[in-house]
Amino acid sequence: MISFILRRLMTLIPLLLGITMLAFILMSLAPGDFLTPVKAQRDVSVELIQAIESEFGLDQPWYIQYYKWLGNVLQGNLGHSWAYKLPVSELIGQRIWATFLLSFSSLIFSWMIAIPLGVLAAIYKDSIFDRISAGLAYAALSIPEFFLALILVFFAAQTGLFPLGGATSIDYEYMSFGGKLLDRAHHLILPTLALGIGSIASIMRIMRANFIDTIRGGFVITARSKGVRESVVMFKHVLRNAINPLISAFGFALSGLLSGALMVEIVLQYPGLGQLMYQSILREDQFVVLASVMLGCSMLVFGNLLADILLAWSDPRIRLERKN
Amino acid sequence: MTLFYIFREVFRRPLGIFSACVLGLLYMTAIFAGLLAPYQTNEQDLNRTYHPPTKVFWKDGGLHVEAYKLVDPSEARYELVEELSYPIELFARGYEYRLFGLIPLERHLFQVKDDIGPIYLLGSDSTGRDVFSRLIYGSQVSLFIGLIGIIITASLGFLVGGLSGYFGGRTDFLAMRLVEFMMAMPGLYLLLALRGALAPHFPSDQMFFVIVVILALIGWAGTARILRGMTLALRQNQYVMAAESMGQPPIAILLKHILPNLVSYLLVAATLSIPGYVLGEAALSFLGLGIQEPAASWGLMLSQAQDVKVFYLNFWWLLIPGFAIFITVIAYNILGDVLRDIVDPKMQTS
Repeated sequence: MISFILRRLMTLIPLLLGITMLAFILMSLAPGDFLTPVKAQRDVSVELIQAIESEFGLDQPWYIQYYKWLGNVLQGNLGHSWAYKLPVSELIGQRIWATFLLSFSSLIFSWMIAIPLGVLAAIYKDSIFDRISAGLAYAALSIPEFFLALILVFFAAQTGLFPLGGATSIDYEYMSFGGKLLDRAHHLILPTLALGIGSIASIMRIMRANFIDTIRGGFVITARSKGVRESVVMFKHVLRNAINPLISAFGFALSGLLSGALMVEIVLQYPGLGQLMYQSILREDQFVVLASVMLGCSMLVFGNLLADILLAWSDPRIRLERKN
Repeated sequence: MTLFYIFREVFRRPLGIFSACVLGLLYMTAIFAGLLAPYQTNEQDLNRTYHPPTKVFWKDGGLHVEAYKLVDPSEARYELVEELSYPIELFARGYEYRLFGLIPLERHLFQVKDDIGPIYLLGSDSTGRDVFSRLIYGSQVSLFIGLIGIIITASLGFLVGGLSGYFGGRTDFLAMRLVEFMMAMPGLYLLLALRGALAPHFPSDQMFFVIVVILALIGWAGTARILRGMTLALRQNQYVMAAESMGQPPIAILLKHILPNLVSYLLVAATLSIPGYVLGEAALSFLGLGIQEPAASWGLMLSQAQDVKVFYLNFWWLLIPGFAIFITVIAYNILGDVLRDIVDPKMQTS
């Protein structure tokens, strides 16, 4: 198991190298650099600009820049953000929690709803409930996330029930601790809905299909013929077996945790990592882009790894080690 | 399984007929955009911003359209004028356009007679442009980006997947590492980065092709991986060995003996991945990074609906492009599912 995890984590190294290199090439293809707007600002001294230029080798071609950047990163220095005038690590540290909170709440929200719905749809297969939920799931899968977010904002503006965007109110700083929590939760509702509805649909469909497959199993007939109550058959025998494939889906959901919320964050002006990434690409805020790309990719790899580990843990038939 | 058989089966299923008809209608609208749209995409009318949709009704032996009067310009509030209405002329003369990009024409399906008033079937936007006309012209971008994109993706995927599956060895190893690399990147991040790098090198009216190329560059990896596996299995067949021993070049074997076996899979996979292109274009244009004004696309039109004014004053008609995207995506998803049921119900496509 440990060698498997180590091997998978080793693949992260060439991946991160390749991706950051690609990002460097792509950004050097775009005209101008992030110092162009900085140079135009009067409050930044010439010496500082020169110091930065030599520290990160901005006057040199991209491969030397890349080499220098890599050296800095290996020493734990992710560089500076120009737009925010902060070290990148600090900036990302601020934003990552907002995105994490949002993704996590939508993950919990969608799983709490999707699994019971999927089970019900499977138990009452071909009933009216099953058909309606299947149709709704189809619609939910086809609706673009950002359009859903837009409709929700529209709804919020018309009814005044929810804030139009952001993560906190203006007077957040002056609230009591409980008030702060409530305020955060209030701001989280719309983005959670926008992000969660699509995944409710997909998880529900997987759950329903798994459940129906499992009901056909021989052990279900055995359990029923023993005279076990139907509810016990369904929830104790079938559900436990049917939920297995969803565990890997959970890992995949984790892998998209930090990069999946981009469009929703932008529409709902939620100050998370996706919005930061989008703005820094527009402003050519190079080091922020690189750091968030690295973070997104690492999450992807970790999520997939976790999916495999969870699967092996829940299903002893799966062996992770290669057979020699 | 011939293509003809697949098409016949699609039209035997109610969902197949339904989705094929919806898509047919959408594409016909896109092709005949000039004929159907009463206005051009850039025809502004700053005196009639955020005009509400006008109803069409029958009066005095002809079609008429409601007339509105601007009451409060600051809130863009309009009031219906009961006694006034504008007659509609069918197949009337209007602005010049080229049907199919070739035939010069100036007839339009409907227009207000002598242009005495506006006809806004779906209202007007912040600069008084007709949402209905822009929706129709926008469909050209939003619908064809998927078709062109999927052709590039499928050919690239077949080329890489087929070659690496056929040759195996080092080619295969390198190609598959590249594929894994592509698949390990968060798609939207890559989309944004590629757009940032490529776009400044092209004029804004060529944006359509830049977006198609970017979307295809992102999408080919998954197709290549699956096609490689299928090629790997197919090349064990005796007819492939026969062709090899007769000295046919690999490209000919790939095209003549392997491709025909992949066609039905490609058809299903293509149908199910077109929505990704439609959504990708919409997302980019929505962010202002795709199709540029004054051209129209559904995503671009939706970005106008992000205005606080739109939210508070209930200009709901600006959200209609979103429903157009939704209908297109759902039609493709249904058609893809129907095709999969016909070709192979057990196929894994996700």
